[in-house]
Amino acid sequence: MIKFIAKRLGSGLVVLFVVSALTFTLLYTSSGSIARNILGDQATPEQVALKEQELGLDQPLVTRYFAWLGDAVSGNLGASWFTSEPVANSLATRIPVTMTMVFTAMILIAICAALIGVAAAVKRGWVDRVVQIGAIVGDSIPGYVIGVFLVTILAIQLGLFPATSTISPEVGPEAWVYSMTLPVIALLINGVTGGAQQIRSAVIKQLERDYVRTLRSRGIGEREILFKHVLRSAAPAGLTVLSLQLIGMLGGVVIIEQIFALPGMGPLAVTATGQSDLPVVMGVVMYTVVVVIVVNLLVDILNGWLNPKVRVS
Amino acid sequence: MSDSIDTAAVAAPVPTGQSGTVVRSTVMRRLLRNPLGIASLVILGSIALLAIFAPVLAPFEENFANITKTLAPADSVNILGTDSAGRDTWSRLLFGAQLTLLSALLCAGVAIAIGLPAGLIAGYYAGKFEAVSNWVVSILMSLPGLIVLLTIRAAFGPSVWISMIAFGVLISPSYFRLTRTAVQSVRNELYVDAARVSGLSDLSIIARHIFSVVRAPIIIQTAAIAGVAIAIQSGLEFLGLGDPTKATWGVMLSEGFKNVYMTPTLLLWPALAMALTIGGLVLLGNAIRDALEDGEKIKHRKKKTVPAESTTADPAKAGQSRKSVAAVEVGTEHHLIKVTNLGVGYPQADGSVKKVVDDVSFHVDRGEILGIVGESGSGKSQTAFSILGLLPDNARIVGGSIQFDGNYTVAPGDDRVSQERLSKLRGKRISYIPQEPMSNLDPAFTIGYQLVTPMVRVLGISKAEARKRALKLLTDVGIVNPERTFEAYPHEVSGGMAQRVLIAGAISCEPDLVIADEPTTALDVTVQADVLDLLRELQQRLNIGVILVTHNFGVVADLCDRVAVMQNGRLVEEGTVRDILRNPKEQYTQTLLGSMLEGKTPMTMLVSRPGSAAQKEPVA
Repeated sequence: MIKFIAKRLGSGLVVLFVVSALTFTLLYTSSGSIARNILGDQATPEQVALKEQELGLDQPLVTRYFAWLGDAVSGNLGASWFTSEPVANSLATRIPVTMTMVFTAMILIAICAALIGVAAAVKRGWVDRVVQIGAIVGDSIPGYVIGVFLVTILAIQLGLFPATSTISPEVGPEAWVYSMTLPVIALLINGVTGGAQQIRSAVIKQLERDYVRTLRSRGIGEREILFKHVLRSAAPAGLTVLSLQLIGMLGGVVIIEQIFALPGMGPLAVTATGQSDLPVVMGVVMYTVVVVIVVNLLVDILNGWLNPKVRVS
Repeated sequence: MSDSIDTAAVAAPVPTGQSGTVVRSTVMRRLLRNPLGIASLVILGSIALLAIFAPVLAPFEENFANITKTLAPADSVNILGTDSAGRDTWSRLLFGAQLTLLSALLCAGVAIAIGLPAGLIAGYYAGKFEAVSNWVVSILMSLPGLIVLLTIRAAFGPSVWISMIAFGVLISPSYFRLTRTAVQSVRNELYVDAARVSGLSDLSIIARHIFSVVRAPIIIQTAAIAGVAIAIQSGLEFLGLGDPTKATWGVMLSEGFKNVYMTPTLLLWPALAMALTIGGLVLLGNAIRDALEDGEKIKHRKKKTVPAESTTADPAKAGQSRKSVAAVEVGTEHHLIKVTNLGVGYPQADGSVKKVVDDVSFHVDRGEILGIVGESGSGKSQTAFSILGLLPDNARIVGGSIQFDGNYTVAPGDDRVSQERLSKLRGKRISYIPQEPMSNLDPAFTIGYQLVTPMVRVLGISKAEARKRALKLLTDVGIVNPERTFEAYPHEVSGGMAQRVLIAGAISCEPDLVIADEPTTALDVTVQADVLDLLRELQQRLNIGVILVTHNFGVVADLCDRVAVMQNGRLVEEGTVRDILRNPKEQYTQTLLGSMLEGKTPMTMLVSRPGSAAQKEPVA
C-alpha cells in the first residue's frame, strides 16, 4: 500500500512539473510586452527596459522558469506585479475561504447524491423519474445562473439572505453559516442532480451483476446484498464521479465567489487574469493542480482500500 | 457549470459494437416519435434560425446605443427593453445567439478534430501511442476548465475564438476515450478480421467498419459538449473577461446582474436563452441515446426469436406434443418440485406480453436428475429462474403454478413469484449453480467469506463452525489446498476452481434441490468432465434432486435420469434419458440430437456453440 501511494505521489509530482512548465511557457511567451502592459502606454522605452530588467524578463525563458521553480519549492511564488503582495500570502488568506465552501458543498453533494441515487436505483418508479428529470434540468442550467437567480430572488427581492457575504471569524458562526448558505446551494445543485444520476447508473449496473443473483440464491437478504456487496462495488464509480465534480467545482467556485463578492480565490484569479498579472495567475494554477493531485490521490487510496484487485497489482 | 464538463465525459455512453449497425433512418424515425426528441429539435432549430437571420431580424446593430433611453421597459420599438447603455435587448440577444452557437460549434469541431483521430489510432494500433495519449488525457482531464480558460485569457487576451479553441483541446479527451473504447470493442470482431484478411487497407477498414460504430456516440457527445461549451464561455464573459465589443449572452447576464436592483428582467432573457439552448442540447442527446437503445433492444429480441420461428415449421405438431406432455404431468402426486403449466412473460412497450415460457410442466423428485435441454432462447433458463424466484424485476408469471415439497411458491393466479415464500427456501432448500464461474463471485470478498456468510445466515451456526464446514466442503469438491483457496480472492483462482467453489456454496446448506444452469459451459473440456463427475458424486451421496439446464446432450447422457426438451418456450418432449436418446419422438428432438452426431453436417443454427458440442462423444 505504501509503495502504491508513493508511486501515485511520484506521478502527481511529474504532473505538477509538466503543468507548471507548460503554463509558465504559455503565459510568458504569449502576452506581448509585459512591462509595457504594467507601465501603460505613456512609458518611455527606457522605463520599459528598466522594468523588464527589474522583473527579470530580460533573462532567457528557461532560466526564468527554473528560478521560479526554485523559489516555488521553497514556498516563494513571487509577488503581484500590481499590488506587490507576495502571491503565497494572497493564496494563504484566500484558500481557506474557497476550500471551506468547496468542501462543505462537496460533503453535502456526496451525501445527497448517494442517498438519492441509491434510492432511485433500488426503488425505481417515481424516485427514478424525478432523478432523471432533475439531471436534465441540472445539466441545462449552469451553476452561476442558479447563483444569480438565488441572489436576485432570495436575497434582493425577498431579503431572506445577505446578497454579499464576508467570511471572517469575528462575525460569529451563525452569521457565517447564514452568509454561506446561498453560495453553497448555488455550488451544489448541479453536483447533486448530476451525481445522483450517475450514482444511480453505477448502482443499477452492480445490481444487474451475476454475483448478486447468486448471493440471492444463497439466501442472503436484500439489505445485506445492497449495503455490503452492491454499494461496495459501486463505490469506485461513485468516487470517480464525485472527484470529477470537485475538480470542476474549483472552476465553478470562481464565478460563484464573484457573484456573492466572497474574498476567496475567485476574485483574485479574475483580477489577475484581467490584468495579466502573471505571477498571481501562476499561483492560482499551481494551487488548482495541487488540489487536483491531492483529491486524485485520496480517491486512489480509497479505491485501493475498497477493491482488493487494485491493492494487489 | 464546469463540473458538468468532466461529468459529461464520464456519462459518455459506452458504445457497443452494435450501435453503429443500426440503420440511421430508423433512429431518426424513433427520434421523431419521441416528444422530447421533437421538442429539442424544434427548440434548437428555432434558435439556429434566429441566429442565422439575426442581421435581418434584429431591429438594431448589436452595439447601437441610445443614451437617452437606458434601462427602458419593453415597448413597441425595443420589444424586450434596453440595457444600461440604451442598447436593444432583443437585438443583442439575436447577435448573442449567433456568436454563442458558432463558438460552441468551433469548440466541438476542435475537440473532434483532435479526439477522433487520436482515439482511432490509439484504439486500432494500441502500443506506445496509446500509452502516451492516455497520459496526456489523464492530465487534461484533471484540469478544471474555467481555470485553464482564465490562464489562456491571461496569456492571449479576450477572444471568444481563442478560448473556445483552447476549450476544444481541453475537452478532446472525451472524444478520444469514446472513440478508443468503441474501436477496441470492434477491433477484434470477426468482421473486422475478415476485412483485414480480404486485403482491405487499415484506412478503409477504419472508414468503413469502425467509423460507423463511433458515429452515433459522437453525435450524442457533441450535444453534451456544445452545452458545456456554451455554459463555460458565457461564464467567462459573465466574469467580465470576454470580448467587450461583442454582444454575448454571458455579457448580457453580467450587465443584467449589475442592474439587478433597477431592472431584474434584464437577467431573465439571457438566462432563458442559455437554459433553452443548453436544455435543448441535453434533451437531444438523451433522445438520440434512447432511440439507439430502443434499436438495440429490438434487435436483441429479434435475434432471440428468429431461430425459434424458423424451427416451428409444423405448428400443429408442436401443439399436439404439448398436449401429450401436459397430460402426463398434471397429477396430484407429491413431488419435490412440481411445475404445472407455467408461463413467464415480459410486458412490452406496446402493452402486449411477450411469452418466453409457455405451458411448461414437469416434476423432479429427490435423488433424481432432470435435464432441461434446448437452444439459447428456448426458455430453459427462465424456467429455472422462476423456480428460484430470481427472474428479472419486469418478468411476470402469466400462468400455471410451482409447488416445492407440496407448498406453492407460485400459486395458480399469481403474477409474480412469492419472494416471501422463496426467501425462506433459497439457499436453505433450493440452491443454484451458475454458468459463468468468475462473474458469480463478488470480486471484493474472499472466497471464504462468500462460503461462510450464507451458512451463518441460513443455518444460524457460528462463524468458526461455518469456517470448519467451508474447509470441509472445499475438500469435498476436490480442492487440494482448501486453506489457501479459503483465503483467496476470486481473481486469484482459476475458472474451474471457481466453479468448484460455487458448487461447494450450492451444497453448503444441504439443500434438497439444486438448480444448475449450464454448469460446465464456461469451462475447459477436461475440467468439464471433472465437474460433471463431482456433481454426480455429490448428488448420489446427498440424495438431492437436481435440475440441470443445458444445451448439450452429451452432458444429459452423462448425468441425467430424465430429460425435458424445450423449444421456443414450450416443452416438446419429456421422458427418460434412454428413451429420448434412443427413440426421440419429436422432429425437433431428432434435429437437436442429429445436430451433434459425428459424421453429419453440423447444423450451426441449432447449436449456439458448435465447438463445445462437437467435443462430446456421440450419443446413441
